[in-house]
Amino acid sequence: MTETVHRPYRAGAEAPSESGIGLTVNGAQRTIARSTSLSQYLASLSLDARAVVVEHNGTILRDRDSFANVPLHDGDTLEILHFVGGG
Amino acid sequence: MTEATMIAHDIAADPSPLVIGGREFRSRLLVGTGKYPSNEVMVDAIEASGAEVVTVAVRRVDLDRSHEEGILHHIDPARFFLLANTAGCYNAADAIRYARLGRAAGFNEWVKLEVIGDEKTLLPDTAGLLEATKTLVAEGFKVMAYTNDDLISALRLEDAGAVAVMPLASPIGSGLGMLNPYAIRTIKLRLSVPVIVDAGVGTASDACVVMEQGVDGILMNTGIAAASDPVRMAFAMRSAVEAGRAAYLAGRMPRREVAVPSSPTRGMIGS
Repeated sequence: MTETVHRPYRAGAEAPSESGIGLTVNGAQRTIARSTSLSQYLASLSLDARAVVVEHNGTILRDRDSFANVPLHDGDTLEILHFVGGG
Repeated sequence: MTEATMIAHDIAADPSPLVIGGREFRSRLLVGTGKYPSNEVMVDAIEASGAEVVTVAVRRVDLDRSHEEGILHHIDPARFFLLANTAGCYNAADAIRYARLGRAAGFNEWVKLEVIGDEKTLLPDTAGLLEATKTLVAEGFKVMAYTNDDLISALRLEDAGAVAVMPLASPIGSGLGMLNPYAIRTIKLRLSVPVIVDAGVGTASDACVVMEQGVDGILMNTGIAAASDPVRMAFAMRSAVEAGRAAYLAGRMPRREVAVPSSPTRGMIGS
């Protein structure tokens, strides 16, 4: 369950440009600047890394302090989750 | 009452704390955080309930509304014991994934494990639940398993290492109260781990009758959140759980099919 899955570029995703790469984030296609780290991407979404949990290509990232060292690549899949009300 | 008599009163009502997985809780009422009309009402209702354990769900952040606040903006994890659930999972693999996400997102290795088997009734898939329990216990999780009011499933969950078994009173969100008191009593009599009745309690009398069966606690959400005045209902549920517990510990009088006078029959005028 902890192996990293590198997903290939899929048809339907936005084509990567020279300056941008395509990600699937919470099921939606997103284009971000090349060489963006996970912590930079979360900051661009105004998200506090301490308030979310991130699954990167199927692997849960348990060490939030490492987010700055997680590079994002074209075709990566991110799930960004948090706690909501529930019973 | 003075503080000393209030404490004496509390001890008389319930001398022992609830212990789950080696952790002590004073309140036997555990509450959910879903379906409240507002966050303010939710916070006030949780306060009024006296609950220490508060359940939460794990969901995607809405990226288009990223200013939208998660539940942690309203509930202080230092004050409440947050219990992540796996609500909405329909197989063991999904429930395991959500449990791991909850542990990574949260503050402890506890999980309220749900594996749902049917969309219409939201009744548990006990086969999937047992499978997920085994996997998560092996990974060090403390599993509180939401299950049917079925003794054999409950026994198997206990054998699999669940720290608490949580049979339903009636289906989630139904408010039908306890449909099978015999089943709940039987589960409580046979299990060593705490039995927390989860789901189906609709009003305070339901909660009281559930606690009178001798179970260790109740987890509820909709019964409080969907009341017209959730804060007042939270207070009522707290009182009912305490009353039901005290009544169980006190031991009720035997039921009789005939009347027995309460006042002396001797000493009547003219006798």
